[in-house]
Amino acid sequence: MIAIGQIEKAAYDIMLKAAIDIPEDYEDGIRGMQKGEKGDLSYFVLEAMLENYDAAREDRRPMCADSGLPRYYVKAGNEALIEGGFIALEKVLRQATARATQDVPLRPNRVHPISRQDNNNNVGINAPEIDYSFEPDADWVEITTVHKGGLFGTDYRMLFPGDGIDGIKRFFLDVMISFGKRGLACQPAIVGIGLGGSKDTCMVLGKQAACLRIVGNKNPDPEIAALEEELKQMGNSIGMGAMGFVGSSMVVDCHIEVGYTHTGGMPMSVHSFCLSSRRASVRIYNDGRIEHRTDPNWFTPYTRRNTVEWQEMVSA
Amino acid sequence: MAGNGERMKTVRLSVPISDEDLKSLEIGTVVYLDGLIITGREKVYKHILDDGEDMPEGLMQRCNVGFHCSPAASVDGDGKYSVGAVTATASFRFAKSLPGWFAKTGCRVIIGKGGMSQKHYDEIFVPAKAVYFTTVGYGTGALLGRGIKEVENVHWLDELGIAQAMWVLRVENFGPLLVESDLQGNSLFEQNNKEINEKIEKLYEGLRAPSLSRYGETDNKRDELI
Ligand code: SF4
Repeated sequence: MIAIGQIEKAAYDIMLKAAIDIPEDYEDGIRGMQKGEKGDLSYFVLEAMLENYDAAREDRRPMCADSGLPRYYVKAGNEALIEGGFIALEKVLRQATARATQDVPLRPNRVHPISRQDNNNNVGINAPEIDYSFEPDADWVEITTVHKGGLFGTDYRMLFPGDGIDGIKRFFLDVMISFGKRGLACQPAIVGIGLGGSKDTCMVLGKQAACLRIVGNKNPDPEIAALEEELKQMGNSIGMGAMGFVGSSMVVDCHIEVGYTHTGGMPMSVHSFCLSSRRASVRIYNDGRIEHRTDPNWFTPYTRRNTVEWQEMVSA
Repeated sequence: MAGNGERMKTVRLSVPISDEDLKSLEIGTVVYLDGLIITGREKVYKHILDDGEDMPEGLMQRCNVGFHCSPAASVDGDGKYSVGAVTATASFRFAKSLPGWFAKTGCRVIIGKGGMSQKHYDEIFVPAKAVYFTTVGYGTGALLGRGIKEVENVHWLDELGIAQAMWVLRVENFGPLLVESDLQGNSLFEQNNKEINEKIEKLYEGLRAPSLSRYGETDNKRDELI
């Protein structure tokens, strides 16, 4: 049985980590991009970003004052036992959000969309979002927090099967160019693409692809992995870099997730996880062991299953 | 700073920034500031321009730099303020308030995210003898936070809230910032866009257009959204 107090503390701790410590995979990705960057201004911007990560770590202050929309992803093992159940879990995740907002401090960004009422704690109607997934044969619960910023850099479009890969590439370029100018998307970004599903699933998959897969991770389907690589190269050869200055640093990595969709359509979403790509994860076992990571490990073979029954692959 | 930092022209200026200093600024120069800067966004503009509130007495003699931002700040129990990080917010949204703001305050520099359009430089900034500095990378809030030495004052905190109040910040070696526009209205972003736009059509060569079009204000890749 996992004590509910332990979940609250862990959920609070990862909010602090996410706001202050840039994940290693993203920082390494930026260093790599900087090596290849020939545009002087874009190079200078990357340098300032790297210095900023150091400043945040050393001073224990948030890397970006816009602490985005803090939220949670929960992956529950089928054998996990949570004290008080999921109602208790949701309560402590809201508590942890309010506490972290005061202590880090995070900016109280969450307001009512019409009245603009602010509870000053990043908690409100449907906030923070808590998304769930499940894992077979597991006696733990995993919690990931993501603080995604950015009013810019995300778009959705209904394409059709006849539009094919050309359509995907075009829409990708449209989003990169329109939000890349002046660096509105705070690139270089991890670009997540949702393909297929119903419209809402398409948005969710793209968002999760951007925020819950680390730089360097590839889709297990070789065809999709090849498209990820192609789009990444394409984004980096627009001629635009950090802040929209002449250069090549647009896409640190590109991740695609797919869902079976209507036979007549091919919906596509694009999401940019900005230069403050803030995420942190924790796994808590039934016996109280606890492990911290920066890789959410959200997409497992189980979440991408394509069959009625679920069977662990015995061997490939 | 390692890398190409030394290839970038860098200056350190004290606020209020003098006429001579403003005149000598070239786009693409890296700037660090010492002195006072004030924050302002939607509600400050409304307060000053629409509601007719006066700027605090004597403030604009000591400061001619406005910052489009809301700090990640907290107010401690003993009335002290602490600022963790500051990040600029996109400036294009405030264009309509700026003519009044420049006229009423004598402000000469705007710091923000993303700059303004060429039209706004020509019609608003050049006549007001004002220039625009952009923050670098935008998300570099921790670096900028380090440059804030003290919160000298917060105006209208109760009416406008933490994020929208007018913060008067004492800064030291505050930056890096980049000169985005100069007194003639030349713009670093516009200059870069021009160069990038030349190659854009080629990227789309050979890619079929989608079967269903969309209504929209522009489909010209050379245009900007702001
Ligand atoms: S997009 Fe990201 S890096 Fe840029 S200001 Fe927003 S949170 Fe910060």
